[in-house]
Amino acid sequence: MTKKITLPLTDDVIKDLKAGDSVLITGTMLTGRDAAHKRLYELIEKGEPLPVDIKGEVIYYVGPAPAKPGHAVGPAGPTSSYRMDKYAPALLDMGLKAMIGKGKRSKEVVDSMIKNGCVYFAAIGGAAALISRSIKKMETLAYEDLGTEAIYRFTVEDFPAIVAIDSMGNSILVEK
Amino acid sequence: MDIRRIEASSVTSAVKKLYMDMNYFIGEDIMCALKTAAENESSETGRNVLAQLIENNNIAAEEEVPICQDTGMAVLFVEYGERVVIEGGSFEQAVQDGVRQAYIDGYLRKSVVDDPVFDRINTKDNTPAIIYTTIVPGDRINILAGCKGFGSENMSAIKMLTPSAGIEGVKQFILDAVRYAGPNPCPPIVVGVGIGGTFEKAAMLAKKATLRPINTKNTDERYAALEDELLCEINKMGFGPAGLGGDNTALGVNIEYFPTHIAGMPVAVNICCHAARHSQCCI
Repeated sequence: MTKKITLPLTDDVIKDLKAGDSVLITGTMLTGRDAAHKRLYELIEKGEPLPVDIKGEVIYYVGPAPAKPGHAVGPAGPTSSYRMDKYAPALLDMGLKAMIGKGKRSKEVVDSMIKNGCVYFAAIGGAAALISRSIKKMETLAYEDLGTEAIYRFTVEDFPAIVAIDSMGNSILVEK
Repeated sequence: MDIRRIEASSVTSAVKKLYMDMNYFIGEDIMCALKTAAENESSETGRNVLAQLIENNNIAAEEEVPICQDTGMAVLFVEYGERVVIEGGSFEQAVQDGVRQAYIDGYLRKSVVDDPVFDRINTKDNTPAIIYTTIVPGDRINILAGCKGFGSENMSAIKMLTPSAGIEGVKQFILDAVRYAGPNPCPPIVVGVGIGGTFEKAAMLAKKATLRPINTKNTDERYAALEDELLCEINKMGFGPAGLGGDNTALGVNIEYFPTHIAGMPVAVNICCHAARHSQCCI
């Protein structure tokens, strides 16, 4: 069964999401990957304000391809989440509610998710052209100089994902 | 001995076409393997993922947009006929121009940074491409090209095994690398293996192996059997499509080998995602 959820996520909705649930997400989300996370983390370490308010937000680990004329966005599938593991707990502590990416997370990230009541969604890696059909609008929020690695705001309708790790720390990712 | 003159612009346009086409149109070998996987996958989630990947590849081809947003770093293996003379520019520059034009005009993502450690500033045109050139007899230029995404590239591994490790050591190292990669490199994956040569030769062979269609076998039947055995073992691991569980963790295992030193047996494993994009042309 597929659950339809809207953003921003409430704590009740998050509690109700279980590892393995298929979801279709509607609303707005932030994007960010390696370079943007590094900059945000450095600001947090220095105690300086962030260029975007992340409280209550969902962040999608993605570096989209350029949009063709007439398209809202280019292909935009998830990138590997583990590269953001070093930075994620600090963002979760500041109120980030969910992350969307692909692949494994560290124990530190999962512990922080449980502590802060957060969820990690997996989007299907390599299904970039398909996923981009659910992204209706893309605006630049910060770090425009980073190009594809800038922080964008995506407006999505029925964005397909799966709850990979829920707020209790249960995971459906196969690890050996 | 006659020389053959080739305009640099012909090389540029050939390379540009290779890169645009490989990013929009997945190879028949991969599409067939995905369809077969979807038919035999026992996990429902796995079947759904595979159906979405097939749909994704159809959308990319129809709309002429990239299959994956990570349009990779360009890697080319060139066999350059020794009787060819390039006119109107240099060969190296002609290839780099072709990659640049493909990534800019083809709406492909620019994913290359100038300095790996200190600056990390995007070069904004996806150059430089990595070009491996061999001089061969003849008056043709053969180009085997790939674009390598880094979600899977980061999961690759190399080890300087020694002869006493034997075939069991080779198998164990390859399987360990795939097991460690787990759900990260966008399974179902293509596993490129290079065995022999020197440290860097093994890695280059592994890269070249990822560019061979997965519906082909190594011509040495012992290595072909090893490809089959490893594919079977990998698919028993259970990572499945997108790492969410299932029978299809890999679509293919390709091995390339080369003579090596009496003291060594290098093994390199280059992992490639299901969007295994490669193409070739002859000029």
